[in-house]
Amino acid sequence: MTVADGLRGPTPGRALLAMEPLLLFPDPAPPELAQALDLAGYPWKAVGDERAAGRAEPDDGWAGAVVVAAIDPDGAFALCRAIRKRDVPLEPLLLLVSGAQLSDLELRDELFDDFCLYPFQPLELEARIKHLFWRAGRGTQPELVEYGALVLNLETYQAQIDGHPLDLTYMEYELLKFLAAHPGRVFTRETLLSRVWGYEYYGGARTVDVHIRRLRAKLGEEHANLIQTVRSVGYRFGQSRWGT
Amino acid sequence: MESTERQREYVLRTVEERGVRMVRLWFTDVLGQLKSFAISPAELENAFEEGMRFDGSSIDGFSRIQESDMLAKPDPNSFELLPWADHLGNSARMFCDIVNLDGTAFSGDPRQVLRRNLDRARERGFSFYAAPEMEFFYFDDSSPETEPRPLDQASYFDLTTADVATDLRQRTIHTLEAMGIPVEYSHHEDAPSQHEIDLRYTDALTMADNVMTFRLVVKEVALEEGVHATFMPKPLAGVQGSGMHTHFSLFEGDTNAFYDPGDEINLSKVARHFIAGLLRHAPEIAAVTNQWVNSYKRLVIGYEAPVYTAWASNNRSVIVNVPPIRRGNADSARIEFRAPDPACNPYLAFSVILAAGLKGIEEGYDLPEQTTVNLYQLTPEERMAERIDMVPQSLADALNVMERSELVAEALGEHVFEWFIRNKRVEWMDYKAQVSQWELDRYYNRL
Repeated sequence: MTVADGLRGPTPGRALLAMEPLLLFPDPAPPELAQALDLAGYPWKAVGDERAAGRAEPDDGWAGAVVVAAIDPDGAFALCRAIRKRDVPLEPLLLLVSGAQLSDLELRDELFDDFCLYPFQPLELEARIKHLFWRAGRGTQPELVEYGALVLNLETYQAQIDGHPLDLTYMEYELLKFLAAHPGRVFTRETLLSRVWGYEYYGGARTVDVHIRRLRAKLGEEHANLIQTVRSVGYRFGQSRWGT
Repeated sequence: MESTERQREYVLRTVEERGVRMVRLWFTDVLGQLKSFAISPAELENAFEEGMRFDGSSIDGFSRIQESDMLAKPDPNSFELLPWADHLGNSARMFCDIVNLDGTAFSGDPRQVLRRNLDRARERGFSFYAAPEMEFFYFDDSSPETEPRPLDQASYFDLTTADVATDLRQRTIHTLEAMGIPVEYSHHEDAPSQHEIDLRYTDALTMADNVMTFRLVVKEVALEEGVHATFMPKPLAGVQGSGMHTHFSLFEGDTNAFYDPGDEINLSKVARHFIAGLLRHAPEIAAVTNQWVNSYKRLVIGYEAPVYTAWASNNRSVIVNVPPIRRGNADSARIEFRAPDPACNPYLAFSVILAAGLKGIEEGYDLPEQTTVNLYQLTPEERMAERIDMVPQSLADALNVMERSELVAEALGEHVFEWFIRNKRVEWMDYKAQVSQWELDRYYNRL
């Protein structure tokens, strides 16, 4: 049993993502990259260099890495070299390069498993990561987010509560997925807007409140309190798997 | 737009996983009637990519001179499973935007009209929120030939019949919530068999969609019990009609622009200008917020319906009411516009209301003092001194005022504006050509 499992502990409900976080470079992560990974359901942590990567590494090791070379090329390639030269090289590693950097890939084949052009298409990024995991023999199971009676199947976009399907709109589903993947954490409306909606939302900041109410209505009386309002801050879903 | 792609994928996948056999594409004609056509899941991808082609000439307000074909493009964000049984299995709905064959927005589509007005508000940094109180009647028969019989008056002491209405309302609320339309409050209204369901606020576009869904849900649920539900503004003479009092607020980002903690009634300058705009332009927009001959039978003295363009805080006889807000709850600061009725086209009504309020803000209209006296006791001279206008007393009056309104023409766009006036003039002429029972009773023997 790993320490991470031990930390999860026997809390009443717990969220299980199928995997440990991805290492992300640089820190802070570009917002559109953070959003794309969130939407695709991959947990991640941003690190600024090799030392930060060591400090933040989960006990089970990183699930993989997504390194943006287009912003800070020197830092990015230095980090790639460091994490690929370890006894157990970190893989899979997806490198994001600008069009002008394609020639820099030459003679650096050992530093990455696949690459993707930056700025990226979220669907392409997602497909490449998925394929990398598939090749590594991982991630072939449908990914589930579970919390108590709630199950979200990220593969099929289906949500269930107490075994009954929940019929959600797309934004309700994305919001519930984001919240359920981070139980116990308090999110402000601004954070939810930028992470779940991106910046192309229509209704303004109150949109979050509106969707929370819709979700509660659909979860039904028994489960509506899964989403708690934290006065003058924002919202929290359930309790932390680490215990609060 | 990759987020649109994800939304589409979500819809396609859900249709597959949930065994949806039929997808209903919804849109709204200029008069606010819900239009629907069904497509099979196999057609869905194409509907997203290219839109579904249809002949607009049979839709009220869509007809044009040159070509009548247009495209309905479903909005994947509005995809929702329909909670009522369909003999074909699960079905779902999406609201559509209507576009011309060249892909440009069709100017006769009420949803586009509202989008355009919301965009204007957004350019000024505002998001517009709405929360309507929907009133309606249940009757035991859908035939207009016989006198409408209210459910719970037909058998006043019959407990089971009264239960039918309460049960209907509960089931309606349950269905609405299952469709993501949260209900704030519901109760039996003053008139026999009249009910009210208040919806929780959303942005105005979502709310206009919700109002369309609401009217269908109320009717569908009633129909399952053989009961007729109607949103006709005044179905029974002598009792109150059905209104759609709607609460509005403007937010700037996370801040309620209508709230001012330093003000006596917590009303900001923005809110005061907005109300002033609504009061000044209320007569011009009446033909849209109250669009039927019958709408004006509700706007009469004596039934708690607004007749004068005055405002007050916590007073239910004026046209703009400022409800008291819970202490320290800035978010709930709002104004209540009491003129609209539930048979309006919500897209167009919200458009002209927003335009009137924004005009007040842009031009910095002064807000008159709030009304503290009984409006019905003022003489016309006193009302004039107080700058209190009367709302139009008939559809014809309302059209005459609207026809001269730059504000309404701009808010609706030329296409809708012209078609609307033309269509409504015909309605008025039809009505005027009728001889009513009232006239026979009154004149037949006497004259």
